[in-house]
Amino acid sequence: MEDNHKKNKSGISRRAFIRGAGLTTAGTLAIQTGVMAGTSEADKATKELGPNAVNISMNVNGRVYKLNVEPRATLAKALREELQLTGTKVVCDRGSCSACTVWLDNTPVNACMTFAMDVGEKKVTTIEGLAKNGELHPIQEAFIEHDASQCGFCTPGMIMSTASLINQNPNPSIDDVKHATRGNYCRCGTYPHVFQATLAAAKKI
Amino acid sequence: METKKIKMPFGIKGERIEEVEREVPLSEPDAWPVNESLKQVGKSVKRLDAVAKVTGSAKYTSDIQLPGMLIGKMLNSDRPSATILSMDTSAAESLAGVYGIHIMKNEEKGEFPIIRYAGQPIAAVAALTEDIAEEAVDLIKVNYQEKPFVVDMELAMKPEAPIVYDAPVEQKASEGGEEIEEGLKVIGNVRGPNVGQPRGEIEKGFEAADVVLEHTYKTQVQTHNSLESHGMVVDWRFDGVTIYASTQGTQGVRDEFAELFDLPKSKVRVIVEFMGGGFGAKHGLGTHGQAAGYLAKKTGRPVKVMASRKEEQTSQGNRPNSIQRLKIGVKKNGDLTAIEQEAYGTAGVGLGAGVGGVAQSLYSCPNFQTRQYDVFTHAGPGAAWRAPGAVQGIFGLEQMMDELAESIDMDPLKLRDKADPSRVRKAARKMGAERFDWSRRKPKASDNGPIKRGIGMAQSSWWRVYNYNATVEVKLLRDGALEVRSGVQDIGTGTKTILAQVVAEEFGLNTEDINVRIGDTLFPDAPGSGGSQVTASITPAARNAAFQVKLKLFEKVADMLEVKASTLTMEDGKIYSTEDTAKSMSFLDAVAKLPVSQIVATESRSAEYDGDYLHWDLGSAQFAELSVDTETGFIKVDKIVAAHSCGRPINPLQVESQINGGIIQGTSYALYEDRILDRNTGHMVNHSLDTYKTTYGVDIPDIDIVLMEGYNAKSSTDAYGIGEPANIATAAAIANAVYNAIGVRIREIPITPDKVLKALNKV
Ligand code: FES
Ligand code: FES
Repeated sequence: MEDNHKKNKSGISRRAFIRGAGLTTAGTLAIQTGVMAGTSEADKATKELGPNAVNISMNVNGRVYKLNVEPRATLAKALREELQLTGTKVVCDRGSCSACTVWLDNTPVNACMTFAMDVGEKKVTTIEGLAKNGELHPIQEAFIEHDASQCGFCTPGMIMSTASLINQNPNPSIDDVKHATRGNYCRCGTYPHVFQATLAAAKKI
Repeated sequence: METKKIKMPFGIKGERIEEVEREVPLSEPDAWPVNESLKQVGKSVKRLDAVAKVTGSAKYTSDIQLPGMLIGKMLNSDRPSATILSMDTSAAESLAGVYGIHIMKNEEKGEFPIIRYAGQPIAAVAALTEDIAEEAVDLIKVNYQEKPFVVDMELAMKPEAPIVYDAPVEQKASEGGEEIEEGLKVIGNVRGPNVGQPRGEIEKGFEAADVVLEHTYKTQVQTHNSLESHGMVVDWRFDGVTIYASTQGTQGVRDEFAELFDLPKSKVRVIVEFMGGGFGAKHGLGTHGQAAGYLAKKTGRPVKVMASRKEEQTSQGNRPNSIQRLKIGVKKNGDLTAIEQEAYGTAGVGLGAGVGGVAQSLYSCPNFQTRQYDVFTHAGPGAAWRAPGAVQGIFGLEQMMDELAESIDMDPLKLRDKADPSRVRKAARKMGAERFDWSRRKPKASDNGPIKRGIGMAQSSWWRVYNYNATVEVKLLRDGALEVRSGVQDIGTGTKTILAQVVAEEFGLNTEDINVRIGDTLFPDAPGSGGSQVTASITPAARNAAFQVKLKLFEKVADMLEVKASTLTMEDGKIYSTEDTAKSMSFLDAVAKLPVSQIVATESRSAEYDGDYLHWDLGSAQFAELSVDTETGFIKVDKIVAAHSCGRPINPLQVESQINGGIIQGTSYALYEDRILDRNTGHMVNHSLDTYKTTYGVDIPDIDIVLMEGYNAKSSTDAYGIGEPANIATAAAIANAVYNAIGVRIREIPITPDKVLKALNKV
C-alpha cells in the first residue's frame, strides 16, 4: 500500500497547516492584519506576501533589526535563527509550555504562537534584554539566590513571566505568582524555588 | 597499595555522630570534619553557571548553529507493525535544499527497518532549513505491508497475540537503568522470569505468618517530558568528529558513535555544556544521534537532528508500566515471614520493565521470591526513568506494608520500625514524622462532609551507587588559577558547582575561584548521570586530585620556606607551617615562584573505605497530606514532608532542588500522567504537552524537606546522590493518604477522579 501521509491529524503543526493553506491559495499567503512593519500603507492594502521571505524591521531589546523572514516564520524562530537570540526556548511549539515567553510592549506572549510579521511596531523584549547595563533584573538575582533553575531550559520563560509580574505588581501574593506562571512548564520541578525567588525579588523592588 | 589510618566522622546529625577509624590509600587526604566546620562544602553556594541560565546565554545542543549546518528531520512510521516493501525517496531528493537522506538500519541488517511501533524512525532527511526537511519527509513514499499488532500489555500476554519479536532479543541496559538479565526465555511476547536473588523457603514462611495478604497493584506508562528533546549536532571533519549532544553521558555517546562508525574513540569528541533534562532517557547515541552521524558523513556538512515533541513522546523512552501481585505474610508482632512477588511490565519493544529490587532488599524477611517478566508490545521502547523499577516496586510494596499494618492493628510507622533494618531510614522516619506531626493521623475516612482529608507515608530505598570509572584532572597555573576538568556532565543537578566546592575546600579558596570545565570527552572519562552515581563517584576523585596538586605545591613551598612539606597547610589564601606559623607565604606568591607553569594531577575514584559496595539505605521517608473531594473525585495534595539522606550534602540548596523535583514528578505520576495508546491504531493519543497531563506550578503541594546530614566514612567526600531516591516514595505515600482519607484502597495509578468515584461506588 502506498502511503505518503506521515502526520496524523492531531499531530499537524501550525506551520504545516499554514503551509497547506498557502498552497491552496495559489502558493501565496495573504496577510491582512495590517500590522506589518516596514511596509507602506498602500502596500498593506494590496500586497500579497509569501511564500518567499519578505523584509521587515523589528525592535528587539531596544535595537531595530532588518529581518528577512518567511510569512510563516514565528517570532520564536526569527529570534532564534535570524537574530541568534537563543535564550528564548521552543519546547512544545504550540502554546502549552511558555518556554518561549517574550514581551511585546511589556506584555508576555508565547513567541511560538506569534508570527514575526505580526509584531509590527511593538517592542520585543527577550531574556537577553532583561538585564540593563550589565545589571541583572532583581528576578534574575533572586533566581540565582534561590536556586530556581535546575537544567535551566524553562528558566528564560519562567523569568519573563515572573519579571513581568513584579514589574506590574510589586506586591504579589503567592497566588499571583502561581497565576503568572500557570502556563510555564518545568519538568525538573523548580516551581517551589521559582515561587520563593519571585516573592523575594518583589520585596526588593 | 600503601595505606594510612585516619579518623572519620560517622553517624547522622541530630542523632549521634561518633568517630571511626578507616584504613585509606596513602594518596588520599585526611577526612573532613562535619559540614559545620567546613567553609565551602556543605554550604548552599550559588551555581557557577546560574548567570548563564538566567540571562539566556547558556547554549544548549538545540541552540547550536554551525557554519554550513544542515537540519535533519525524521520520517516515522505511522503503522504499528509492518514490513516495508519499498521506499521512494526520489521526490524528496530532488527538492531544492535537500542534501541527504538516510534510511534507518534494522538490527537484522536488512534494507529497511522492520516496523514494530507507530512512531518508529524510518529515515532522516538533511536539508538547508527545518521547513525544507519537513517538506522532504512528507515527499517520501513508503510501501508498507501491514501486520497485526498489539499495544495492550494484558492482550499481548495471551498466546494468540501478535508477536513483536520472532527471534530471541537481548539488549544492553542503559547506565543507571533497570538491570537487564541476560538469556531469559521468551514465550510469545513474554520474557522471563527474572528471579533476582531468592532466599529461604517461601511456603514455610507463609505457614509461619499470622496474616497473609495478597493484592495486585498497577502502574501506568510515564513519559519523560524533558524540555529539551533528544538530539545531536554532528560535525564530521577529516581529523575527527565533534558531537554536540543533549546527553546525560558523554562517554556513552562517544563509545557508541565510535563503534557504529568504526572510528577510534580518540577521534570522537562529545560536548554537552548545558542540557535541558534527561531523567534517564538520554544515555547513548539514540536514533537521532545515529541519523545525524550518517547524514553528516554523507553530506560532508554539520547536521543537527533534534526530536520533535511528538517523537520525544513516542520513540524516545518511557517508564514501563507494571502489574504486580504481592503476597506477604506477617506475624502479629510485625515480623515479616515471607514475601512473594510476581510482576509484568512492558517497555514496548524494549527490555527492562521489572519492578526493581525493593521488595527483595528493603525489609528484613527470611523468605523471599520474585518472578519479573518483560512483555513486548508494539509500542516505543522504555528507557531508564529516575529510579527505574524502584518507583513501580515501591508503589506496590509500600501500600502492602500499610495494608499489613492495618491487618495486625499496628501503626504503619511501627511496622516499618520493626521490619526495616536500616539505621538511616529509621532516623528519616523519626525526623520526618516529627516535622509532619504524624500523631495527628486519624482513623480512616473519619472526616464528615464531602471533602475528606487523609495522611500517609512511604519509604524509599536505593543503592549507594558509585563508579570507579570517574576521573578528574586538577590543574593549577602560575597565576593561581585552578581548573577542574572531567568528561562528566551536569544534567541540571549542579555537578559543576559541587566539583568547584570540593576543590575550593581542599585549597582553602572560594568556590567562584575555581574554573570547572566538564561535559567534554577531551577531558578524563566519567560516568553518565544515572543511578544517582555521579556525586558519589566524581567528588572523591576531584578532592583526591586537588590534594595531590596541593602536595606537589607544598613540596616546592617547603624548599622555599625551609620547612618540612608535611608540616604545611593552607587556609584563606595563605600557606604556612603548622610547626612555625611565622614560616608562611601567600598562595599567589608561592605559585608565581613555581619553576613550571602548571601543576597537574589526575585521580580516579577508589574503593569504598570499608570495602563494602552495595547498600540499600540511601533512604528516605515521605509523608503526604491531602484532601479528596468525594463528590468530584478530585484530589489535592496539600503537603509533602520528605526526610532524605544523601550522605554528606555538598550543596544543600541544590539537593533540595532535586528533592522538590522528585516529589513533584512523583505527585504527577500518582495523580495525572498516563501514556494512552489507541488499541485500534497503535498510536499515542496524548503525545502533546497539552494532552499529556503533568504537574504545572498550580498543581504542586507545599514541600517541606528534612535534609539529613549523614556520615558513612566511605570516601574522601563521603557524599552520595539524591536524584533517584527523591522520586521513589511519593506515589505510594499519596496512595496511602488517599486510603486514610476515604477508607477505600485504590491500587492503581494515576488516581484520577474516575477511579476515586468508582472506588466510592459513585459511578
Ligand atoms: S514553545 Fe511556545 S508555548 Fe511552548
Ligand atoms: S529547570 Fe529543567 S525544566 Fe525547568
